Amino acid sequence: MSFDFSRDYFELFELPRSFRLSLPALETTYRSLQSQYHPDRAATQDDTGKRRALQAATQINEAFQTLKAPINRARYLLHLAGFDTMEETNTAMPMDFLMQQMEWREAIAEAKAAKDVGALSALGRDLQAESESLVTMLASLIDDKQDFERASESVRKLRFMEKLQQEVGDAIDVLLD
Amino acid sequence: MALFQIAEPGQAAAPHQHRLAVGIDLGTTNSLVATVRSGSATVLPDERGRPLVPSVVHYVAGGAPTVGYAAQARQSEDPRNTIVSVKRFMGRGIKDLPDSAATPYRFVDAPGMLKIKTVAGEKSPVEVSADILRNLRERAEASLGGELVGAVITVPAYFDDAQRQATKDAAQLAGLNVLRLLNEPTAAAVAYGLDNAAEGIYVVYDLGGGTFDVSILKLTRGVFEVLATSGDSALGGDDFDQRVFCWIAEQAGLSLLGDHDTRLLLTRAREAKEALTDHATTRITARLADGEVVDVELSAEIFQQITQPLVQKTITPLRRALRDAKLQPDDVKGVVMVGGATRMPHVRRAVAEHFGREPLTNLDPDKVVALGAAIQADALAGNKGDDEWLLLDVIPLSLGLETMGGLVERIIPRNSTIPTARAQEFTTFKDGQTAMAIHVVQGERELVSDCRSLARFELRGIPPMVAGAARIRVTFQVDADGLLSVSAREQSTGVEASIVVKPSYGLADEEIARMLQDSMSHAADDMKARSVGEARVEADGLLAAIAAALETDSALLDADERAAIEQHMAQLRAARDGNDASEIRNLTEALNLATTEFAGRRMDAAVHKGLTGHKLSELG
Repeated sequence: MSFDFSRDYFELFELPRSFRLSLPALETTYRSLQSQYHPDRAATQDDTGKRRALQAATQINEAFQTLKAPINRARYLLHLAGFDTMEETNTAMPMDFLMQQMEWREAIAEAKAAKDVGALSALGRDLQAESESLVTMLASLIDDKQDFERASESVRKLRFMEKLQQEVGDAIDVLLD
Repeated sequence: MALFQIAEPGQAAAPHQHRLAVGIDLGTTNSLVATVRSGSATVLPDERGRPLVPSVVHYVAGGAPTVGYAAQARQSEDPRNTIVSVKRFMGRGIKDLPDSAATPYRFVDAPGMLKIKTVAGEKSPVEVSADILRNLRERAEASLGGELVGAVITVPAYFDDAQRQATKDAAQLAGLNVLRLLNEPTAAAVAYGLDNAAEGIYVVYDLGGGTFDVSILKLTRGVFEVLATSGDSALGGDDFDQRVFCWIAEQAGLSLLGDHDTRLLLTRAREAKEALTDHATTRITARLADGEVVDVELSAEIFQQITQPLVQKTITPLRRALRDAKLQPDDVKGVVMVGGATRMPHVRRAVAEHFGREPLTNLDPDKVVALGAAIQADALAGNKGDDEWLLLDVIPLSLGLETMGGLVERIIPRNSTIPTARAQEFTTFKDGQTAMAIHVVQGERELVSDCRSLARFELRGIPPMVAGAARIRVTFQVDADGLLSVSAREQSTGVEASIVVKPSYGLADEEIARMLQDSMSHAADDMKARSVGEARVEADGLLAAIAAALETDSALLDADERAAIEQHMAQLRAARDGNDASEIRNLTEALNLATTEFAGRRMDAAVHKGLTGHKLSELG
């Protein structure tokens, strides 16, 4: 059972190269791929067989994680299209987005100071809704308009949102402990 | 219809030959061994029909240690040489122990992992665990009538790399071929899921003798996918005993108890805890070494009150695991209770309250892990023809590298499905930097000092460049046992350093080899040392010669040329103080090459000098 490492992640999962994808199809294929290549299937093989299984299963996991999370999938599609999202270097964000970020941060800080778990949970839901609308926009920018420049910016925005959501979750955990 | 059975290369050619494989639950308090016989998993009991082996080893001077009930019987009378709950010390140093005062042991802080002084010598937790595993192996081989092809050993899901490596080392020392290290809650889920044909999201709440684990799994048509795991590798039933012990001491006005009395009262505390599972009150009596009699009554209410903080401590990991899996308590279809400590009614009640449903307790919480491990061992050994089910597990704690200022750069986040690999690029921060220290840590905290140090190694021989020009790619690979290996490579030159993580805690391969063949001479080491010695002599000779030449003939070099030579010399000097013979040789050779031109000019100069000052007539 040889594994072709040269295929890109969409080819590996036999999916069209697009942002919109069927999660159930992705998960079903994931399970069937791991059922074939996982190291547990090679436990009685020699070291070469075990190493091959390790590498194949690692690649399948990486591909699955990349395609499953919208931000990773967008980043990967942009990478395939030759675009770098420049998340580390390009921090120039539109003014309205930055203003909104400031407002979120203030709201989180206030709820934290007031030890208000309810308010934090509500903020978490708002942030989730905002992230989902960014994901919808990404689908249109990548699949319909092929506007990779603006898609890159949306990825950077989404990264900001993820950080905020992480912060809200951490704050809730601290309050509940 | 299959007319022929074609074996794949490397796989069993004889499909009907049953390969003997076992699952071992190496617990803090008790251990078990189980196997699959005629299609169903069973625990293998001892000759007296007892399924559990107490995880206790008693050491004697000049004799073989005893394991299990026989060792447990010696506990009160010889506490220092009777090792209990050794699992708590696996992969740990003395500074990791929160309650070393409460044990009767004399610890030695050995490099790698602590050791325990016994009459049979200093024993590492790996050796003690190996004694337990050897006992289980012998029981299995006697019972199954043959040699084992391998074993699946279970570990708490929340065990870090050092603890996992220590467990694997112990199995190796006990002569077991480890087919896989399997997380305890995952093993329990396999036993439960296959038994009940379960589908959907399940939580395994596993409170053992010394560890607490919670795993969230998605069961879909025979695939057991762990979505998140969390826990506390230093929280278990033992801690409940400890609380009761403190309560008894307080009630009876006792202080400064000796080893014997401590052990005795801890045993009474455990018995009281067990009694209160089915009774409203229990009486605790004991005669201490000085003849004093302790006689107190403990009610279930007081017991629950003094141990409630411990129960509460299990809820935090539960919540964290749910959050990591992006799930709400309502999404959960069932909660499987594992581990003897889940028999306590207030533990069950706390779990029921959190999920709004009664937990599942229809499997024996003591046996379910071993049974799941046996099922997995049977499959891995190739006894199951049709591969109809599969386990996909995760890494419990994030892996990262130390960066500037003692901060952690996270490389693989916790709850990543294994096997997994991730690469990250780093660069040099000084001009001409030729080496880079790589420090691998595990944990969720931002500061290196708050995480567990797993390994340190050095990538040497980076060609001197300006700061930031070198590109060093560090790759982490975590295998299906959850064990890590790290390699580093300088991208522009291909200089490579690769190691299987040599744990700061846990044992290096060499140390295992030493234990296995303690009597063997250190021939290999000696040879390596000699080779390093020879390389140093050569390096020193060349360094001295060039230093002398620079002294007399530096006028033959311009400033840049001289600086280049001095840089080579500095590199070689640094390497000759290390233990890498081939590196010393390479740098000696490099210095030799770098000074070829200088040597040529000196030769010319010498010839010239030889000629000048002599009159032509004299030559004629």
